[in-house]
Parts: sequence; C-alpha cells; structure tokens
Amino acid sequence: MYSQKVMDHFRNPRNVGEIKDADGIGKVGNPVCGDLMWIYIKVKDNRLEDVKFKTFGCGAAIATSSMITELAKGKTIEEALKITRQDVADALDGLPPIKMHCSNLAADGLKAAILDYMKKKGIKPPEGIKIESETEKCDL
Amino acid sequence: MSQDIVYMDYASASKTDPRVIDAMLPYMKEYFGNPSSPHTSGLRMKSALEEARASVARLVNAEKPTEIVFTSGATESNNMALRGVAFRNKDRGNQILATRIEHISVLNTLKYLTKFGFEVTYVPVDSYGLVDLEALKNAITDRTILVTIGYANNEVGTIQQIREISEIVHSKNAYLHTDATAAVGKIPVDVLKDGVDLMTISSWDMYGPYGIGALYIKKGTRVEPLIIGGGQEGGLRSGTENVPGAVGMGKAAELAMAEMSSDASRLSKMRDRLIEGILKNIPYSFLNGHPTRRLPHNANVRFSFVEGESLVLSLDMEGIAVSSGSACSSKTLEPSHVLIAMGIPHVEAQGSLLMSLGRFNKEEDVDRVLEVLPRIVKGLREMSPLTPKEVS
Ligand code: FES
Repeated sequence: MYSQKVMDHFRNPRNVGEIKDADGIGKVGNPVCGDLMWIYIKVKDNRLEDVKFKTFGCGAAIATSSMITELAKGKTIEEALKITRQDVADALDGLPPIKMHCSNLAADGLKAAILDYMKKKGIKPPEGIKIESETEKCDL
Repeated sequence: MSQDIVYMDYASASKTDPRVIDAMLPYMKEYFGNPSSPHTSGLRMKSALEEARASVARLVNAEKPTEIVFTSGATESNNMALRGVAFRNKDRGNQILATRIEHISVLNTLKYLTKFGFEVTYVPVDSYGLVDLEALKNAITDRTILVTIGYANNEVGTIQQIREISEIVHSKNAYLHTDATAAVGKIPVDVLKDGVDLMTISSWDMYGPYGIGALYIKKGTRVEPLIIGGGQEGGLRSGTENVPGAVGMGKAAELAMAEMSSDASRLSKMRDRLIEGILKNIPYSFLNGHPTRRLPHNANVRFSFVEGESLVLSLDMEGIAVSSGSACSSKTLEPSHVLIAMGIPHVEAQGSLLMSLGRFNKEEDVDRVLEVLPRIVKGLREMSPLTPKEVS
C-alpha cells in the first residue's frame, strides 16, 4: 500500500519533537480521520533554520510530516510557502489516493507555522495563502 | 526478520484447517458431477453435499438439515436474510430493527432497503456493545417484520443476550435474524435454545474454505430468493452447488463440534493473558467491549494519544499481524463505527487495536506481543502532540 520511501520515513521519522523557543507553530488537523499535526519552526535571517513536528496519525501522516520538515529546512520563508501537497507526495514517491489528504495536512501545517511566525512579527502574509485541511472533506 | 510471523488477525481472515483441505481435495481432483444429475457421478456429489449440510445443521442444532442453505459466504447470507425476509413480508409491515454495531454488509443492505419503503430503526447499545433490551422493547411495534442483531461482535467481541432478544422479538411476531459469523464454531450456538429464525453462518471464520457460507432458515419462515435459476437449495439459492466448498465447510463444522470447547478454553486463557498484560504494562490503555460476555479469541484494546494505523504498521515491522478495527473499515478514514456506536470518543476510538486469536496461535505469540507492544506505544506517544508530559 505504501511506497518504500513512505515506509522509510515512517520507520525513521526525521526531526521529531518540539522546538522549545519556536518562532512559529502550526497546528492542523483533519476532522474526518481525526489526525493531528503540529509543526514547529525556528527562523533565522528569513530562513527556516530548524523545523520539527509532532503528529498523531496514520503512517502517511507521520511520513508526510517527516518529509515536510526535510523539504522545508534551510529554505527561505518565501520558498517554504511554495511547497505544495503534491511536492510532499512526490518526494515520497506517491501516496495511495485515500491518503493524499495526509500530504495536504503536512503542507498546511508548515504554512500555518509560517503564518504564525509572520503574525508574531507583524509581517503581512502574501495574498492567497489558505489553510485548507480544517474544512477539507474526505469524500472518496 | 528471521522470526515467523505472529498472526493475530483471524477476524479479518483465517487459515483454512489443513484437515479441511484434505477433505475437499477428492471433490476437486477425483470426483465431479452435477448434484442434480441422476447418474452415479452426480449422486456421489449430491450425497457429499447433503452430508455437509447435515454437519452444519448439527453444529447449530437445526432441527432439519434442509433448514441450512448454502451461499457464497456471510455477506450473501446477510443479504438473503434481510432482503429475502423484507420483500417477502412487506404485507405484514415495513419496519426493521437493527443496531449500529452490525457488520457493514448488514448496514449497507438495510440502507438499500430504505429505498424500497422499509424503515430501519436502530436500537442503541451500551458502552460494552450490549443491546439495550428496554430500548428494544420500546422500539418494536406491530409493524416490525424483522429484527437483525449480530450474535457476537466481530470487532469488540461482545456476545449478545440472544435468548432475551428473541423473546422480545417473538412477542410481536417478528422474525429474528442474527449474523453469527463471529460466533459459530467459537462458542456453542443453538438455534432452538436461542430462538432465532434466520442465522448467518460463515465458513472461513471457523477454519473452513472461502467462497462458501450458509444461512439457517427455520422451517416455515417466509423468505424470497435472491438468486433465481434452476431452483437449487430448496429454490432459495439457485446455481449449481459448490460441492467442494460445502464439503470443506461441513468438515470445518465437524472439527468445530469436536474441538470448540478445548479451543475456547485455550484461546480464552491466551486472550486474558494478552489483555491483562497490556492493561498492566501500558498506561492509558483500556479494554474495548465486555469484560466477561466476550468471544474467547477476541482482545480489543485502545491506547490514548496514539493512532491505530501507525500501531498496525509498527507491529507489522516486528512481524506481528493485527488490525486497527474491522478489515472493511480500512477503506474509509473514519474510526470503527462499532466503537463510535458504543459511545467511545472519536480520538480514543482511533487508538484501538484488535488482536484476534485463532486455532493456530501459540503461547509464544502472546509473549512476543507483550514484549514488543509497550515499546511501540511509547515511541508513538513520544511523537504525538496529544501525549501529556507526564506520560511520555
Ligand atoms: S488518514 Fe488522515 S492524515 Fe492520514
């Protein structure tokens, strides 16, 4: 059901944990499956110096959280905001159709963390950034 | 991983007993013929079929073997019972009673029946999954034609008070159907003592072959056939009979009669050791289902702050096959409908693990799970945002 990449990230998740003095925290969840993802970021000179996660969820939720932390680390805020759910899924060699929303959760978790950071800093977020998973329906 | 796989998912799929396969082989390799043919080849098949029917009838104490109709499996039996009774008894009323913890094949067939004017009323169950008898009494009316309540729940293992349910149902002259898939061959089931009119019987759940099952239909019960054709199986289920399958199911029934009580006492001890070991060694773990009215092979436990699929995957990496609920529910994202109907909160239900034992499990299997599980739960809890500081 899952690709080897997914299983690798599930087995050895990267960047698990909290950042104590995080600059931004994104807390997202999917109301249908009930899975939850918290993403912590540490920003330095407009770059994501550190990214960590905590996840309560399925195998794909854990793997996508792990993957998004890898994808985001070292990127500028602008670059990180451009990471899509498709990028996450592709980096994991794909996800089963029913599990595509898990990658959305990860992409949203990162966005939410960045928005939280911008809010704290009084930076105006760019137009059109939306957190979708909270209202997402998982009709199959 | 050089270790053998520890298989504790008999509720999703079971192993066919090798003795069953041996009994079936001649009917696949040597003998063939249509049981309806009058020649010797046909008659040999016919008599094997009828012997198998008699074995299944004996297992559930049916009065006559002809009360057993072979089907393609429990799903078809459930369909036949519900649709067959509903359509044939439309003149008597349009109400059907059920619970929300029934198998998906029952629930979806009921949903289908509402398109034809049938009204389905769901009787609540308590937090153990036991049917509320008072609520059943209040729900049943003169328009009730059928009540369908599973004999024992495949997921949480709770065994219903079928005798008491039957008295309530029959006081209104309705029919009682029970899906006994999870019970037959595991605990003594007696259609006469229990007072059921129709009963779904699975083959593979009692170590018989796949592709066959049966429906017990008490003589005199009005049922419309689902499959029309040459009038086999008393006109209720047309199509040339699956003789090798029936022979296998008959053999499985014989083995169940002989070995049920020893299997049950061995498995229930293993089950209890598993449950007690988990509840004792893993904080924030809770038993799902009834503590005593419980199938001998069923252990269903939930762990706060972790999610079921990640538990299943983690255990699989250790060579242990278990399930996070019914095998069918893994096609949807929601947690088990059974646990939700029992009033268990969504987030708690998500952390459930179903370990279903079978005839081929050994004591070491329990040891292995008890050795591995605490570490896995701990690891996932460390990763979970829900885990309170004092737990991780
Ligand atoms: S099933 Fe919903 S996040 Fe994975």
